Amino acid sequence: MSMIKKILTTSVMTGMILGAGAVSANTLKFAFQGDAQSFDPHGLNETFTLGFLSNVYEGLTMLDKDIKVVPGLATSWEVTSPTTIVFKLRPGVKFHNGNSFNADDVIFSWQRTLSEGSDQKVRGMMVKEIKKIDDLTIEVHTDGPQPLMPSEWAWIFMMDKEWAEEHGAVNAANVKEKNANGYSLNHANGTGPFEVVSRQPDVKTVFKRSANHWNKINTNITDIIFTPVKQAATRTAALISGELDMVYPIPVQDWKRLDSEEGVSAIRGPEARTIFLGMDQSRDELLYSNIKGKNPLKDIRVRKAMAHALHLELIKKKIMRGASTPTGLMIAPQVNGFNSEYNTPYKYDPAMSKKLLAEAGYPDGFEITIDCPNNRYVNDEKICQAVASMMAKVGIKMKVLAQPKSKYFGKILAQNNYDTSMYLLGWTPGSMDVHNVLLGLISCQNKETKAGLFNLGNYCNKRVDELQKLVGVETDPVKRQAYIDEAMKIVKDEVGYLPLHQQPLSWGVNDKFQINQRADNVFDFRYVVKK
Amino acid sequence: MFSFLINRLLQSIVVLIAVALIAFSLFKFVGDPINNMVGQDTTLQEREELRERLGLNDPFHLQFYHFIKNAVVGDFGISYRHKVPVSDLIAERAPATLELSIISALLSVFIGIPMGVYTAIHRRGFISRSFMSLSLVGISLPTFLIGILFIFLFGVILRWLPTFGRGEVVSIGWWTTGLLTWSGIKSLILPSITLALFQMTLIMRLVRTEMLEVLCTDYIKFARARGLSEQAINFGHALKNTLIPVITIIGLQLGLVMAFAIITETVFQWPGMGMLFIQSIEEVDVPVMAAYLMMISVIFVSINLLVDILYAYIDPRLTIDGGSKHG
Amino acid sequence: MADSYSKKSNSKLKQFFAGDLWYDFHHSPVALLSFSISVLCLLLALTAQLIAPFDIFDLAAIDLMDADLPPPWAGEEGDSRFFLGTDDQGRDIWSGILYGAQISIFVGFTSVIISAIIGIALGLLAGYKGGRIDSFIMRVADIQLSFPAILIALLIDGVMRGLLPREMHDELAVYVLIFAISISGWVQYARTIRGSVMVEKNKEYVQAGQVIGLPSHIIALRHILPNVLNPIFVIGTIHLASAIITEATLSYLGVGMSPTTPSLGTLIRIGNEYLLSGEWWITLFPGAALVILVLSVNIFGDWLRDALNPKLR
Repeated sequence: MSMIKKILTTSVMTGMILGAGAVSANTLKFAFQGDAQSFDPHGLNETFTLGFLSNVYEGLTMLDKDIKVVPGLATSWEVTSPTTIVFKLRPGVKFHNGNSFNADDVIFSWQRTLSEGSDQKVRGMMVKEIKKIDDLTIEVHTDGPQPLMPSEWAWIFMMDKEWAEEHGAVNAANVKEKNANGYSLNHANGTGPFEVVSRQPDVKTVFKRSANHWNKINTNITDIIFTPVKQAATRTAALISGELDMVYPIPVQDWKRLDSEEGVSAIRGPEARTIFLGMDQSRDELLYSNIKGKNPLKDIRVRKAMAHALHLELIKKKIMRGASTPTGLMIAPQVNGFNSEYNTPYKYDPAMSKKLLAEAGYPDGFEITIDCPNNRYVNDEKICQAVASMMAKVGIKMKVLAQPKSKYFGKILAQNNYDTSMYLLGWTPGSMDVHNVLLGLISCQNKETKAGLFNLGNYCNKRVDELQKLVGVETDPVKRQAYIDEAMKIVKDEVGYLPLHQQPLSWGVNDKFQINQRADNVFDFRYVVKK
Repeated sequence: MFSFLINRLLQSIVVLIAVALIAFSLFKFVGDPINNMVGQDTTLQEREELRERLGLNDPFHLQFYHFIKNAVVGDFGISYRHKVPVSDLIAERAPATLELSIISALLSVFIGIPMGVYTAIHRRGFISRSFMSLSLVGISLPTFLIGILFIFLFGVILRWLPTFGRGEVVSIGWWTTGLLTWSGIKSLILPSITLALFQMTLIMRLVRTEMLEVLCTDYIKFARARGLSEQAINFGHALKNTLIPVITIIGLQLGLVMAFAIITETVFQWPGMGMLFIQSIEEVDVPVMAAYLMMISVIFVSINLLVDILYAYIDPRLTIDGGSKHG
Repeated sequence: MADSYSKKSNSKLKQFFAGDLWYDFHHSPVALLSFSISVLCLLLALTAQLIAPFDIFDLAAIDLMDADLPPPWAGEEGDSRFFLGTDDQGRDIWSGILYGAQISIFVGFTSVIISAIIGIALGLLAGYKGGRIDSFIMRVADIQLSFPAILIALLIDGVMRGLLPREMHDELAVYVLIFAISISGWVQYARTIRGSVMVEKNKEYVQAGQVIGLPSHIIALRHILPNVLNPIFVIGTIHLASAIITEATLSYLGVGMSPTTPSLGTLIRIGNEYLLSGEWWITLFPGAALVILVLSVNIFGDWLRDALNPKLR
């Protein structure tokens, strides 16, 4: 296709976009630091994109304002055998194009999560088969017990089968196909409370309230205009000047400023994301250290020394401006399985660190490089620098290698053979359950089962592995918690990880709007009210 | 003349191929595009499949051949990040950048030239000395610093003008313009001034220098001796002679404006091609980066070609010279 | 031989002090002031290791406890040890500026010198040899000139970073910047030199040299070069200012110096995040330092250009 023809095609689209952008009574203008990657509900498993789409698409289950699982497009579900769950579907639900939602759409959406371009295969594969009983009843069969399936499926959004077929979007977003599958990437047709009016990637997306939504929801907003604004200072400035009504994230240091301004506020709260440091405990020699022939991080005394060198309260006070929650656990209080008994951080005791290092045979410390993202978490690079300065005080010379997230993840993750000696990472379990963390971060690396896929330093304890499996299938809450506690205690005693804190949520809002801040940092339009 | 043109044209094509090679090959080695397309939970095998499907495992020359073949017809493939054709993205963004660049260029020309003329004529006057000092401040302040200061002063403290974006735009055919709405015009003010300042000072200084040179020539001395009025000398003779080199250089400056737009667009979150480029670097969106570089090269090479032709037209000696040298 | 050489340079020096340039210089307050400020900046930056109160590269010497302190004369929380305040990691801003300026000036100077050497060499070659070499060099120059220096520097910088192993980026950042900025800047020197050489080449003294059979590199270096150096000084001075700005811009865009070894551009980038939060000192002082440095160099360069232009006398 020639360039000119393309320009013409685009122009028709753009023309429609702008024609529809009428301003009406209750409009909310908001900004995030980036744009949703695409509109395909199964194309990418990433918190912001899915959270953004959860206003347009819905799942069988949904998360409410406190991230509790509530009925969504299913009114109820029942476990009828260890491997069978029966879902009753909600009657009278319409997609934005007017089609009715029914069992065929569920089966279609599930099959779509298993298609080639899907990034939701892990969730899709929890299910072996879906049987249609009638238009509003389905029977879900699983291989083994899958108690977490209903909550994980809050993130599997339901699509209209007819719509997808009509527009050639039967398979999840496939990057290679040029025109056939591109439709779902920039168009959306869900059952959610808001419809997409127009979209220009990276520039602007316009939503409007759906006329015939099934649910009674709080919002009185009719139109929403979303603009990605990359620079934090610009976001804050635009909020203060009234150009935008809601922006996130706000840099923690700007809270003071927002507090002193009339008409805008910084809404803050603890995010369910835990920030931690990981250490390579599997290689016989570290990739990035001056110690040759052995791996100091295999020595528990060295890991303890590092733990006691960290002054989490000081990081909280200076880097996070009082807004983080120092932690001793790898999960946040909002996550199912959290037990405050184990949440006390390691004590700050540099003298002890020096002693431990000397005992371990490193009286003068050693050199090590830490990998760090610089645009992923709240003040990520600054935390790494502060950690390096704290480590310097006990003799460990830490070099900070801070990179944008694309390069950072490209270096340290599995596909690059975990090319790191030490790293800073943040994690929110999508299911809001501890098992996600035990399986992905704490289990020994296992190439077949994909357990420990994100256990980049391969902390490995056989008993913890067993406990992880038990937690995955146990349905008795008391027994389950006992397994969780045992696993968490082992990890802590062995200093498998160095948890730092739960980072703050930091949203800036114009006082004319009332907004609910969810602990997983998802902005849910349902709860926006203009005063 | 004809052989000269053919020669220049061939050269331009060679340059474009070289740029294509650089754009394509080097950016291929920066970062891993796969990571930008998939979530953290994506497995190794899925990543490998995606890599294969995107042709990232093909041999280098094969990938390059496909790239060139497609680039010629304006097809730069699908953006890794947005998963829409790159040419669509660029077509969408082009009006924003062009509007900003043209307004800035007009500002810098229509303020810069009169200031340059004035400072040349009244070389030792107080006002022209002030202009000259101010212009030095203008080129000594990095663009990003000016942008930050403007946002802080006019956006945050005084709250007169918007701090980011284009405001409301109106579409006319495939073009979108911010010039027809009040918010669009207000949004243009800060970025276009930021972008124009540097160019304006350059043009002013350039015109001043050229003008001073001309004013020193015998030609002007003769005119004075003939008793022509100062005005006739300055505007009828000196400026006319100054303008030929100035116009060609201004042509080149237009290209510069587009390059500096990268910084201005980043500071003001202006949804143009420059911001698209910077974002694509960060996200390792190879097709977009390659397309942007190719496009800007085409623009620059064409401007150069035009300037060359213009020079040849003005100064016939060059034609013979160039023709004999390269022929 | 050595004797005659020193005598010659001595007489050159005398010539300089007796000349118009020196007269203009010490009778121009603008020139004197801008020159002294430039030199002062240079001296302060060069001696950062001696005069800076803190070593900002030594992590053990930085205490997070001292982070975000305002200057003692501007806020109650200020600490008298840090008279321009501290940044988000507890680094002394004044020390940061001294070390940062050192890096900025080092990058700027080295790039200018490398650009000049490349440009002069190619310009001499092109102008003196002419023919195919000339047209080749000048075509390359034209092509490069049609792309803005900042774009070329950004491109080279990005490419180099892509090709180098990541863990070496911070250590090699300075050299990458120097490489990128010097490659993007040689053209002006080459064009200027070539133009002057073309004029000089036809003068009698060069033709005389050719007639008596002097080798061409001797003629080019010993006879032509000294006569075309004046414009090079002017270009060099202005280029120094723009090289410092380019470095700052690249560091500001995040593809220059890292925050652990910050240049002035990096410091401004860090501080920019704190501008709205009322911690103005983190941006303002490094920004002011950059502007003062660049402005004084630019003013001096501007003066030098006018002073060396015989037509403007």
